[in-house]
Amino acid sequence: MSETVPMNPDGDLTVVPPVFLDLKGHHHPENGTLLGFWIYLMSDCLIFACLFAAYGVLGRNYAGGPSGAELFELPLVAVNTGLLLLSSITYGFGMVSMQSGRKGGVLAWLAITGLLGAGFIGIELYEFTHLIAEGAGPQRSAFLTSFFSLVGTHGLHVTFGIVWLLVLMTQVTRFGLTPANRRRLFCLSMFWHFLDVVWVGVFTFVYLMGVLP
Amino acid sequence: MSHPAELHADHGHADHGHGGHGEDPIHFSVRGYLIGFALSVVLTAIPFWLVMAKVIPSSTGAAVAVLLIALVQILVHMVFFLHLDAKSQGGWNMLALIFTLVLVVIMLAGSLWVMHHMNANMMPMPMSPHEMRNMP
Repeated sequence: MSETVPMNPDGDLTVVPPVFLDLKGHHHPENGTLLGFWIYLMSDCLIFACLFAAYGVLGRNYAGGPSGAELFELPLVAVNTGLLLLSSITYGFGMVSMQSGRKGGVLAWLAITGLLGAGFIGIELYEFTHLIAEGAGPQRSAFLTSFFSLVGTHGLHVTFGIVWLLVLMTQVTRFGLTPANRRRLFCLSMFWHFLDVVWVGVFTFVYLMGVLP
Repeated sequence: MSHPAELHADHGHADHGHGGHGEDPIHFSVRGYLIGFALSVVLTAIPFWLVMAKVIPSSTGAAVAVLLIALVQILVHMVFFLHLDAKSQGGWNMLALIFTLVLVVIMLAGSLWVMHHMNANMMPMPMSPHEMRNMP
């Protein structure tokens, strides 16, 4: 900010000091990173809202192909939902361990969370390959295109969440629970719980409402 | 000539007083997570049971019930897992959330409404490829 030299209206180069309304810096948010990350999550929320809207518009356009009622296996979806819910609470326990400074506890809970997430992705991939093998791939109908876009985007988010989780496990192993690592764990916690919230929308709007006649 | 930066020596980012560094902004408790988890298990089980056991005969009724339960569950997740309240980050979290929700509602409701009317009022006519080519 000290580089700029504003000019007076009449053109001479007298230096006008910049005006600061907040001289003491009291108006900083307490932790800028967390607020910024929250705003990122909100923009991610808009992406999902667009995909939900596309599914809402196209979800019953079967083009003579199979419908949700014929394709979806609700017991499998219920297991998947259970895995994601469990992973949310195990991550929460990891944060409780972090708060009391137990590095081993954090690593153990993160590992369990990662395994549950991997189980979720595994079941979802099984479901996708099963659908594609049956000839119900994304190119079959508008319904299946919007289904694969929405559920696939959520699955990609979870996959990258797991990658991030592995990176953080390495970081915590090597450098411990430093302030920077605590901040990162906190951001991932918001990301992980946010994905759970999106999944509530997915299983309700796509799977449960999709099998209703 | 006084340098502008010197006027605000206490404004440096490295050493401003209010904590935050090394302290977590939110207190986590096992109890809070367990309450949230129990609530969300119940709120997940009910809609799956409603649909799988075909408890509500009308499709619309079942859809409305399932959607309402999902809204409650999202609220539970926001409070118990994302620790959202009106005071976190000086209210900016909540403000960003409300703004996003307004956009989401406009986008979802608008898309569904407009496309529903298009479907209802502009039913496609059966048209041969020949007629298609000669469209104005």
